[in-house]
Amino acid sequence: MKLTWKGIIPLVVFLALGIAFAIGLTKDPSKLPSQMINRPFPDFSLPDLLDMDATIDQSYFDGQVTLVNIFGSWCVACDQEHPVLMKLARNNEIPILGVDWRDTVEKGRRWLARGGNPYTRVVFDADSMLAIDLGVTGAPESFIVDKQGNIRYKFIGPISEKIWRDELKPFVLMLEAEQ
Amino acid sequence: MRVIFILVITMFASLPVLPALAQTPSEAEIELRAKEVGRALRCVVCQNQPIEESDASLAQDMRKLVRARIRKGDSNEEVMAFMQNRYGDFVLLKPPVQANTYLLWFTPAALLGFFLIWYVVRVRRGSAKIDAPTLSADELKRFTALANDQEKNQ
Repeated sequence: MKLTWKGIIPLVVFLALGIAFAIGLTKDPSKLPSQMINRPFPDFSLPDLLDMDATIDQSYFDGQVTLVNIFGSWCVACDQEHPVLMKLARNNEIPILGVDWRDTVEKGRRWLARGGNPYTRVVFDADSMLAIDLGVTGAPESFIVDKQGNIRYKFIGPISEKIWRDELKPFVLMLEAEQ
Repeated sequence: MRVIFILVITMFASLPVLPALAQTPSEAEIELRAKEVGRALRCVVCQNQPIEESDASLAQDMRKLVRARIRKGDSNEEVMAFMQNRYGDFVLLKPPVQANTYLLWFTPAALLGFFLIWYVVRVRRGSAKIDAPTLSADELKRFTALANDQEKNQ
């Protein structure tokens, strides 16, 4: 049988589709590209979980590189991440602003009492006000905010010691070196 | 008499207020528009459901937010833009027509056009072949003879 150029068309189409699908499979559809990178942290004014009469707003980010961590007492992966955040807090690596998302005051406080509180302050966001402004899709999710109060990095999923050491800390050091 | 006078005065006084009242959408209107917007926004945790149909807690909060923004006077487009600003094009169930979606939007039409042209060219070429010389009377006689022979042999 003679091979003509027309005979090769199905093979070419098959290979092109195969390559396209292979690339598609390596992408995790649950990880959406963040819209928030290099944008100012959204304005917010929400109660402090540990003192519901006090409010926390964006003035919190005054001149310091901050890790913002979205969590909730209902979030299983947050339990896994929690010891890592505790270690960061113990070593004074970076101030961490907690956002207790879709939680109740009682449950949130109990969760922090049980495992310890790694956060400098905890924003109480029961109705996803801040979470939607941040484009959050799940917990845990973390943002690195620079000295000017701009979001510079987004990390989805629990932070492990390895991720902190290899991925987040070098970035934080870079931001801290910025003027 | 005085009561009627006061009533008439207050009626006229309230007239300029009426258009202002019409500006703020009624609850029914808010609900209708929120449903329309909610059907066009993707639930970002369940991915293939509009937020209006999803039971996910984040979708519930998004629905609340959509209603709150409409109540505050946002147009449907403004609410969609607000969500797109935070969650990207992904949150829109209908992908916008822009550079990175041209392939998606125009491939079907382009393919249809391509095959239509291809088909027309093929048909033309085919009909051109039919114009080939037909058999002469003599040739036709020989052909039927041959065909009859063939039938007998079988």
